[in-house]
Amino acid sequence: MAEFKTSIVNKGEVSIISVKGYLDAHTAPALENNFTELINKERFKIVINFEELAYISSAGLGVFMAYIEKIRDNKGDIKLASMSDKVFNIFDLLGFPLLYEIYKSEDEAIGKFSESKS
Amino acid sequence: MLSNNNKELRIKSNTENLASIRDFVSSYAEKAGLSGEEIDNIMLAVDEACTNIIKHAYKSFPDGELSIKLDHDKKKFTITILDFGSSFDPDIVPKPDLQRYYKERKVGGLGMYLMKTLMDEVKYTSVPGKYNKVLLTKNINA
Repeated sequence: MAEFKTSIVNKGEVSIISVKGYLDAHTAPALENNFTELINKERFKIVINFEELAYISSAGLGVFMAYIEKIRDNKGDIKLASMSDKVFNIFDLLGFPLLYEIYKSEDEAIGKFSESKS
Repeated sequence: MLSNNNKELRIKSNTENLASIRDFVSSYAEKAGLSGEEIDNIMLAVDEACTNIIKHAYKSFPDGELSIKLDHDKKKFTITILDFGSSFDPDIVPKPDLQRYYKERKVGGLGMYLMKTLMDEVKYTSVPGKYNKVLLTKNINA
């Protein structure tokens, strides 16, 4: 069975979802639930920490596409951080760097939210 | 030389099985001597093909049959995936346009695009009422 885990930590206005393991068509609903939960709480400033993500398929990439518009409509964003080269390559193949901000570290991604506020 | 390189996995059309399918492909590819990057790419292409079959050919019905056959020689690595669900015309899947997806919030076609990008050949054959076959080929860099 594919192991996949997520955890959410709030730092001020920003919520960080850390993803771990294998994100595929079977495990993507767990991440969808995280987004639904944050949107219901009106927490629209979201950073995804990919540091412990071993694998992603297009079903996982689709989750980010599914929620981005609603989140940006509410003056929020999904910023992506700490990807391995392997995971970044898949995002890159599908053109995600044009639509999403991708940062080397979680702190850098969080910092971008306060920059854009002023 | 005997062609005893081929190996088959028969499994149900449940997304829960994607992990077993990936393990089957990667352990075989490792024994075949492929590089880590080649293994990752083949594993992802097979995952995408099987995900498409589960979602579209079997419409997420978890008791359909999938057969995944692996074979290789010095020049290429081939994966043949059979299913017995609805047939599928890959030509109607357009090349994905992320800007358009962004506006329409549709995400279909990403898997097909990844398969075509990661593999050297992706070939679909359908015998309606009997089976559908996906043939994935990766040339091996000697």
